[in-house]
Amino acid sequence: MPERKSYKITHYRKWCKNCGICVAVCPKKVYEIDRNDRHAIVHPQDCIGCQMCVDHCPDFALTVEEVKDE
Amino acid sequence: MRLDFLRSERLPNIWCPGCGNGIVLRALLEAISQLQLDPDKVVLVSGIGCSSRAPAYTAFDNVHTLHGRAIPTATGIKLANPDLSVIVLTGDGDCSAIGGNHLIHAARRDVDITVVVFNNYNYGMTGGQASPLTPAASITTTTPSGNMDRPFDLVNLATGAGATYVARSGIYFTKHLVDHLRKAISHRGFSLVDAVAQCPTYYGRFNRKGSAGQMITSQKDWMVLKNVADKKNPEELAGKVVIGEFVNIIGARQADIDAAKEQS
Repeated sequence: MPERKSYKITHYRKWCKNCGICVAVCPKKVYEIDRNDRHAIVHPQDCIGCQMCVDHCPDFALTVEEVKDE
Repeated sequence: MRLDFLRSERLPNIWCPGCGNGIVLRALLEAISQLQLDPDKVVLVSGIGCSSRAPAYTAFDNVHTLHGRAIPTATGIKLANPDLSVIVLTGDGDCSAIGGNHLIHAARRDVDITVVVFNNYNYGMTGGQASPLTPAASITTTTPSGNMDRPFDLVNLATGAGATYVARSGIYFTKHLVDHLRKAISHRGFSLVDAVAQCPTYYGRFNRKGSAGQMITSQKDWMVLKNVADKKNPEELAGKVVIGEFVNIIGARQADIDAAKEQS
């Protein structure tokens, strides 16, 4: 079985407006709205690198990059 | 997307949380990076409105013109320097109401520019008034008991006026949108892309469309791809919006000129 790829999610909090679009479009439920009504990355290990959140972020606040082992 | 196409010192943008304009802008920048255009040879022209703030966040040359007059300015830029890729970023009201005449005549003349319409179904910047693209029976600030008028079908309007590339896409389908933006920019002749975005602050709130996330994922339910829609009955398509490429005529202008020469 091939080794599972892992991804690093970078979140620029300065640009994010907490609209919740990433929560709605993520197929693996990596993001969740926390009790302060702010979105948070709760399951980064589930990320499959589909870039849905990156493509749909209106504020350019997310990047998802594959982590390469040296 | 190349992040150096953004003017990062101008961000965060002024749009409301959940506004679809940012997604269209990202798709446009993605299309420009995929086409590997020289950033010095791209000019973005915009009018007035929420969507027309978009060029200010990009590192390309841009002109912020009068309300509705983006297309005449873009025509002038293209005539002065035909090497440039001129892209007009305009809103639904800016394009179809205030600049409606310019739109149809630029399409008739087949000016080699690309018009990207950020269609959020209302005038967002001034407080959610009804635009010519607001669907019938929708509630806006100026139509509190539902819009009595029928909307324009922008795709058919541009096709009827003679545009040689017309496509429509939605912001949920970003790959589809990038694909059609890329084709529109590389098309020679007048090209129009109707990018259906969302306004969660006004249109979404007045019409109870839910949160920004619900609005964007609901595009899966009310949008149909053109090749699927072609096989369906008109009754099945009631209330749905068809997305895809509607017109793509290559060398239309040259064919007309050749035909006229043969006749004379």
